[in-house]
Order: sequence, then C-alpha cells, then structure tokens
Amino acid sequence: MTEADRLKVRRLINGVMLTSTGVCTVLIASVLLFILGYLLVKGARNLNVAFFTELPKPVGEAGGGLANAIVGSAKILAIATLIGVPVGFLGGVYLAEYGSRGFAFAVRYVTDLLNGVPSIVIGIFAYTLIVAKVKHFSTLAGGLAIGLMMIPIAVRSTEEFLRNVPNGLREGALALGTPKWRALATVVIPAAKDGIITGIMLNLARVAGETAPLLFTSFSNRYWSPGLQHETASLPVMIYTYALAPYDDWHRQAWAAGFVLLMFILLINVSARTLLARSRHGGGR
Amino acid sequence: MTIAASAPTQAKARVPDSGARALVRRLFSGDEIARALVTGSAALILVLTALLVQELWMNSALPRAKFGWHFFVTSVWDANAGQFGALPFLYGTCVTSLEALLIAVPLGVGAAIFLSELAPPRLSDALTFCIELLAAVPSVIYGLIGIFVMMPLIKDYLGPALKATLGWSPLFSGPFYGVSVLSAGIVLAVMILPFIVSVSRQVLLAVPGDQREGALALGATKWETTWKVVVPYARRGIYGSVFLALARALGETMAVTMVIGNAPQIKASLLAPGYSIAAVIANEFTEATYDLYVQSLIELGLVLFALTIIINGLARLLVAGTTRFSVNSA
Repeated sequence: MTEADRLKVRRLINGVMLTSTGVCTVLIASVLLFILGYLLVKGARNLNVAFFTELPKPVGEAGGGLANAIVGSAKILAIATLIGVPVGFLGGVYLAEYGSRGFAFAVRYVTDLLNGVPSIVIGIFAYTLIVAKVKHFSTLAGGLAIGLMMIPIAVRSTEEFLRNVPNGLREGALALGTPKWRALATVVIPAAKDGIITGIMLNLARVAGETAPLLFTSFSNRYWSPGLQHETASLPVMIYTYALAPYDDWHRQAWAAGFVLLMFILLINVSARTLLARSRHGGGR
Repeated sequence: MTIAASAPTQAKARVPDSGARALVRRLFSGDEIARALVTGSAALILVLTALLVQELWMNSALPRAKFGWHFFVTSVWDANAGQFGALPFLYGTCVTSLEALLIAVPLGVGAAIFLSELAPPRLSDALTFCIELLAAVPSVIYGLIGIFVMMPLIKDYLGPALKATLGWSPLFSGPFYGVSVLSAGIVLAVMILPFIVSVSRQVLLAVPGDQREGALALGATKWETTWKVVVPYARRGIYGSVFLALARALGETMAVTMVIGNAPQIKASLLAPGYSIAAVIANEFTEATYDLYVQSLIELGLVLFALTIIINGLARLLVAGTTRFSVNSA
C-alpha cells in the first residue's frame, strides 16, 4: 500500500466515522421529537374540559376526568416543596458559606448519596416511616417521599449559585460591620437569587413526574381526598394505573394525563432555563 | 433594633473576638442563630439518610434471618408458600441494564463527540438543550410510550427480524409477545441516553484545545485526533458518565415495570418476559399481606440501594477532577 493509498483510507475512515457521530445525534434528537410529537398529538386529541373538572367515572362508564388527581398532585408537590426546599436551601447555605472541612465533606458526600437513591427506595422509606406507623396511606406520606427527593438537588444548586457570587460582595458587606447573617440575607443570597429560583424550579420539574415513591405512600383514590391524612390520586400514578388497565377509555385518559404532566414539566424547565440564561450568572447551564 | 446599634461596636471589637462577652454579642447579632439553623439543616440531611439506611435494615430482618444468603441464589418467589428467592429479579435488573448500556453507550458517546468536536457551538447548544429535555420526561411517560408505541413496533418489526436472523442463538429464541427483557432494555436505553450525552459532552469540552492542535499539527485527521487523543484524554469522565447511567438504569422503576412482563423467571432468551428488583417492589408492595413478604420486598430495596450507592460512588470518583458536576443535568 502506498502512502497515497493509506492517506485515502484514513480520509475515508475520517469521513465515515464523523458522519456516523452526526447520525447518532440526529437519531437521539429525533427520538425526542417523536416522543414529544406523539404525546402532543395523542394527548391533545384526548383532552377535554371534563378532564380538568370531573371525577373519574365508575369502571365501564365512558367520560369523566382526573380533577382529583390534578389537585392531589398539586397538594403532594406543595408539601414536598415545603419540606425539601427549606432543608435543602439551608443545607446549601451551610455548605457554601459556613462549611467546616470535615463535616461539610460528610454533608456533601451524603447529599450525593441521597441523590442517587432510587425513587422506589425512597418510597419504601416513607412507607416504613409514616404509612406503616399510622396504618393508612396519606397525601402527607407522598409529600414527604417527594420532598426527600428534592433535598439533594436543592442543596447542590443553592451551594453552586452561592459560590458563584463574587467574594468582594461578602467582604464589602462584612467590612461595613454587618453581621454575617445579615450580609448573607441582604447581599449574598439576593445576588444569587435568580440561580437559586431556577434551581428550585428545575427541582420541581424533576420530581413532578415521580411515580414510584407515590405507589405505596399516597396510593390512589377514585374520589376527592379531603385534607392531608387520606390516600389521594395523583397524575403520575393515574397514568400508570390507566395505561395498564384493559379499557380503551382509560388509555385515552392516560394519554391526556401524560400530555398535561409533560407540558407542566417542560414549561417549568424551559422557563427556568431561559430565566437563568437571561440573568447571565453563568453557573449551571 | 440591637443589630443596627451593635454593628459598629462589633466591627471595632472584632480583634479580641473570644470569651463570654463576644459570644453574647454574636448571639445578639444573630450570627450564632443563623449558624445553628444552617448547620442543623445540614445535620438533618445526615440524620435522614442514616434513618433511611436504618429503616431499610431493621425492616428486612425477617428474611435475613430466615433465608440468609440463600435469598440471593434461589429463584423461587412464591408468596403462598412463604418462599422468597431474589435471583430472577437480580438477573432481570442486571440484564436489562447491561442491554441498555450496550445500546446507549455507542450512540451516546457518538453524539457527544459530534456535539463537542464537530457541531458549531450554537447548534451544539441547541441540540444539547433538546437532549437534556429528554432527561426531564418522567419515567411513567416513557412507560406509556413504551407500552403503546415502542412495544408494538418491537413486536411487529424488530422481534421477527431478530428471530429471522439470530433465531438460532438462545438469546433470541422462543415465543415473543412484546412484553420482554428486550423491550425493557430498549426503553431503558432511551432513558439513560441524555445522561451519557450530556456528561460525556461536558468532559470532552473540558479537554484542552492544545491536545487537538498538537495532534492535527502532526498530520492526524479530525477523526484520528478525536479518537486517539481527545477521547482517551477524557476517558475517565466518559466511564463516569456510563456508571452514572448504569446507576439510573438499575433503579429505574416505572418504565421497566410497564414493559418487562413481570414474570419471575430466568430465561436465556431476551424475547421472554422477565422481572426486575424495582418492578417487583412497585407491583407487589401494596399486595404483600404478611410481614415476611413485605420484608422480603424491603430487603430487595436494600439490595437496590446498595447497588446504586456503589455504582454512583464509582461514577463520581471517575467524573470528579475531569469536570465540574452540573446539578441541572444530573
């Protein structure tokens, strides 16, 4: 083989391999478009006003909606946010502003560990902690499970965005004689506000579709669930139940529910990312 | 307020900042309260995680006492007889995860190479944004699409094609109904792709430009530069992304539960239905009627917990140092 031939072969390999990386990208991107498009068409077609306003009809009857599941999901997410965000936020402030070497390392390590725990295991935890003790499923238990899942991301995003705040701001505030907590509350945290809010929004979007932790904590319900002490329907669990059921009408509702859930998640996701891009803090993404 | 009044004095008295008087002053300024609050929250995270481990351990004592290590090597799962062996679930979890990796790693790393080395930055950012949105789609929606879209496609086209070409091998033999280990692996592959792409791309982008320039200056083609210089440089981070994806795949519940077929058996064929650890917990937990049954499921949860901790630990070890972890994509 002459040198020129070898060069030709190398050029050929170059072309083939570079093209195939492009093909990989197109393939993956088209899967996304396909999933979004399919859900959009199929979900939107099955969506109607009753879906948002009515309770599920008894088995076998057509029509009805998932109003109780929408409210149930909202309640669960509200509880989760009330549990996960404060703990995670304060933990993140600790890591970024106070952390002493050994303890901070442990906290960071355990937070990462908690982040990797499969959602179904978190569900078991919430079950043994609450459901097994009070002997009934509840909105509260579901909220706790989801809240636990929010903590690690809240910690790490808060820490990251606080670290991006220039040290000069802290020093300036402290040099004026401000106590550290006031410097944090009035100067440092406001400077990182956009990033922290983005982090919370992405966090919420991430857990909004969690199903596994709810299966045996908030369980399911075909009626309204009063207060926080009773089992409740939620959109993700209803999608799961309806998709596996043998009725066409339930399949249609599962698609509609999937559509609503995904639109909610994508809306938060996209608006959070644009907020971050616009505020030019440069952290994250 | 005391804060405004005490602020200047505190600044003046900063140097001898010790003793009871300093402590009282700092208490009044709120600093100790703030410190206690944030440290307490940080400690709460440790306590909760410890509690999680403890609950899993305490609530799986019965099967540990009754079956011991046999739990992991026997394959009879019979709630009526009180016999619980986890082998089919361990097998199903491992096979589906490995299958997902086999599909997703080449595709994902390929796409990451394209996005970091070839695509113009603006296109790369836009495509990465799209691919990361894929990561935001919840598991249960992948399951929905798995059942109603992908499984019919696999059943009508991919399955028969595999049987026709590779039917001689035990991997693709036997009847095929759609719900199968194969379908679960494919759905999982789609789900872990975004992680592989986004972490690998970050790692590749972190490779210093002079590595590329050096190779190109020696006369290497673009591909040779990428494959023999840039990728090896980023090797650890790419392995990290693979382990990260593996940890995801192992613990993935809903999508797998919906397409794997839920049959506790070990078959060589990928076309046969199977079961995974997460799926059996999801399916049977609320139906478990007596303590040994519930606790056997919790022991499975403990196994899953241990597996993902180990794999995640490895992933982080590999990725740390090559790139900063992005919380938003993980």
